[in-house]
Amino acid sequence: MTIYGYRLPAMSSLILWGLLWEIVGRMGLTFFVPPLSEVFVTLFSVVGTAPFLKALSETAYAFSAGVMFAIVIGIPLGIMMGKNRLVDELFLPWVNMFLSAPLTALVPVLMVLFGFGMKSIIITTTLFAIWIIILNTRAGVLQINRSLVEMARCYGANPLQAFYKIYFWAALPEILGGVRIGVIRAVKGVIIGQLLISIVGFGALFELYANNFLMSHFWAVLLVLFALAFSVSEILAYLERRVSYYAAKR
Amino acid sequence: MKSRSFWLKILSATVLFGAWQVAGMIPVSYAFPTFFESMAALVRLAADGTLFQAYVETLRPLVVGVGISAVFGIGLGLWIGLSSRFDWLFSPIFIVMQAAPLAALIPLLVMAYGIGLTSKVFVVCIMAMPVIVLNTAGAVRNTPSSIKEMGRSFLASDTEIILKIIIPAASPVIFSGLRLGISAGFIGAILAELKITPTGVGDIITYSRSIADYPAMYAAIFSIILLAVLFLNLLERLEVYLFEGNVRGYASD
Amino acid sequence: MVMPQIKEVLGSEETPKPDNAVVARGISKTYGDVEALKDLTLEFPRGQLTSLLGPSGCGKTTLLKIIAGLLEPNAGEVEVNGKPVTGPGPDRAFVFQDFALLPWASVIRNVAFALELRGVAKSEREAIAEKYIADVGLSGFEKSYPHQLSGGMRQRVGLARALSVDADVLLMDEPFSAVDEQTRRKFQEDLLNLVQNENKTFIFVTHSIEEAVYVSDQIAILLPRPSRVSEIIRPTGLRNKNVDNIRRDSEYLDIVDSIWASLRSYVE
Repeated sequence: MTIYGYRLPAMSSLILWGLLWEIVGRMGLTFFVPPLSEVFVTLFSVVGTAPFLKALSETAYAFSAGVMFAIVIGIPLGIMMGKNRLVDELFLPWVNMFLSAPLTALVPVLMVLFGFGMKSIIITTTLFAIWIIILNTRAGVLQINRSLVEMARCYGANPLQAFYKIYFWAALPEILGGVRIGVIRAVKGVIIGQLLISIVGFGALFELYANNFLMSHFWAVLLVLFALAFSVSEILAYLERRVSYYAAKR
Repeated sequence: MKSRSFWLKILSATVLFGAWQVAGMIPVSYAFPTFFESMAALVRLAADGTLFQAYVETLRPLVVGVGISAVFGIGLGLWIGLSSRFDWLFSPIFIVMQAAPLAALIPLLVMAYGIGLTSKVFVVCIMAMPVIVLNTAGAVRNTPSSIKEMGRSFLASDTEIILKIIIPAASPVIFSGLRLGISAGFIGAILAELKITPTGVGDIITYSRSIADYPAMYAAIFSIILLAVLFLNLLERLEVYLFEGNVRGYASD
Repeated sequence: MVMPQIKEVLGSEETPKPDNAVVARGISKTYGDVEALKDLTLEFPRGQLTSLLGPSGCGKTTLLKIIAGLLEPNAGEVEVNGKPVTGPGPDRAFVFQDFALLPWASVIRNVAFALELRGVAKSEREAIAEKYIADVGLSGFEKSYPHQLSGGMRQRVGLARALSVDADVLLMDEPFSAVDEQTRRKFQEDLLNLVQNENKTFIFVTHSIEEAVYVSDQIAILLPRPSRVSEIIRPTGLRNKNVDNIRRDSEYLDIVDSIWASLRSYVE
């Protein structure tokens, strides 16, 4: 939007919403919404505390382990599905199924199988992230322009060269797109896992604050979490644009 | 080649369920029943009617929540897509909501609205709404400018351009946004039942876990995933059928 | 104001009476810092086909959209039948480069769409649409959808839609650039017949020199930086010749060559 010919930055309306929050909080309409300023004050006092740092490091650990498994398993499987028709036909129905399945329903199974701890949360995170990574990698491999493949053969590239000099780069924009969406899903997965298993990480912290009616603590942690999640997705989108500048022109 | 892909699907299913059966027979864990035990439990649950009662319970917040999200989400999305002012005002909220783990709000919702239907409907809404809004707004914004210009050059009024050009052009993407919203709504509905109060399918899962009736637990989970996947698949087919050719065919191809 | 230099190529008869369907006077248009058109003046004689020809970026499409009323000039005005243009009007119909068909609508609804917007009753507008569908040679495809048609057929739908409103002026924005060469030739021949049989004024944007010379009564050559009409060519001699022989006519070849000579330095 422009005001008097000056273009307002894209996310600047959040300031307006923040003000609205502050006003609603000041008016004391509801106990659940403390003024934003109070939340920020709490935020700075909470961020340095041991429980918060513990929750953050536990979450970061579960999150990065989950994402790593999703990438390490997802990308090769996706490439195989793109290259081999039989593998593709065997796996595709399941990948498609789990992509849209309500994976929250699987968390209780993970809990009984792997215990109420980190292992279950990591697997939940992986389950949320992996399917879209597989599917995008497969799509990336499948869309490689036939004339690029033929070009590689014409100029005598051996299979290995063709793979890492051409196919990998040709499919990279889709793969990165898949990883980005996968990571956003993983953020949700790691939180859902912690909420259901609620004795580790932020899940425990939320439980604690909610049970003791510490509203500004609750919101402070929530804001940190949202800000982190949003930054992660923006950083990945930025990287994706930097790396796959050629995506539209293949 | 139709039959080849059909047989491969059967083969694929046999392999997976076979692996499940074998893993259950070893067993890999005391809490891992075999495939046939689970299916037997599913038949039992279905036969005595528990399953159907549970689904009535589970689907209620889902249907209400998705309905609310669809009406408000599409309305808001159209508005955001059409007006740059509302785009500036509302888009950031939904962009943040889309990226953020909104499930974290659940403890707060429970405090504010109790453990009843309202909270569960809210959970479904916060999960389903962002994707519906963003898809609708994006689709409206991306209506090819040449067909809008066509409308203008043949003297369409602004209302006609919205009703006869923008909305039909955007409807495939709006529909797929709705489908993704429903998919997210399923996640929300089950999350609500597992986290807030065990009702419906969530109750079967939680209860059978507590009495270590693992086949029943697996059966319930199997059934809800199956239901969600079948329903979303149906929607996807409907989408292909309804909008055949709408996505293609703007310019030369 | 730069007066366009008018060059008659073998124009033995005197210039036709200045009965102009469309007149553009002193048109300027800027996009930010970019000057798309600068003080451009051009007349479009009634019942004739005028091509706007030039390298990309010379503002041909911008001028066409200003005449259509889709864009507003920063300065100057356009008159159609003596009335100033303030927006799109029923006296003009547009044919789009990318066809601009509604992908969810059948051929007949697409063709009748302009009439639908004018509030013509369904049975009536479908009868009119059917006539024009037959005229452009698409009988039998009424119930088809755009994605089931080839590029050339889609543009015939676009053409039928433009004809259906019976406007005085047809504005065509590189209408054949997205169809293959053979279809394109057929289109050009059909267009010549259309100009002859319908008493309409055609304004035709193209980047093909051969196409412009083949179909036009008048060619306005636009040059960029700053955009202006550099010359107007009237291949009047060609219009009386047999359509089949034009392409090997020496006059045709001469005009094509001379246009290329004046454009070549602007092509990067």
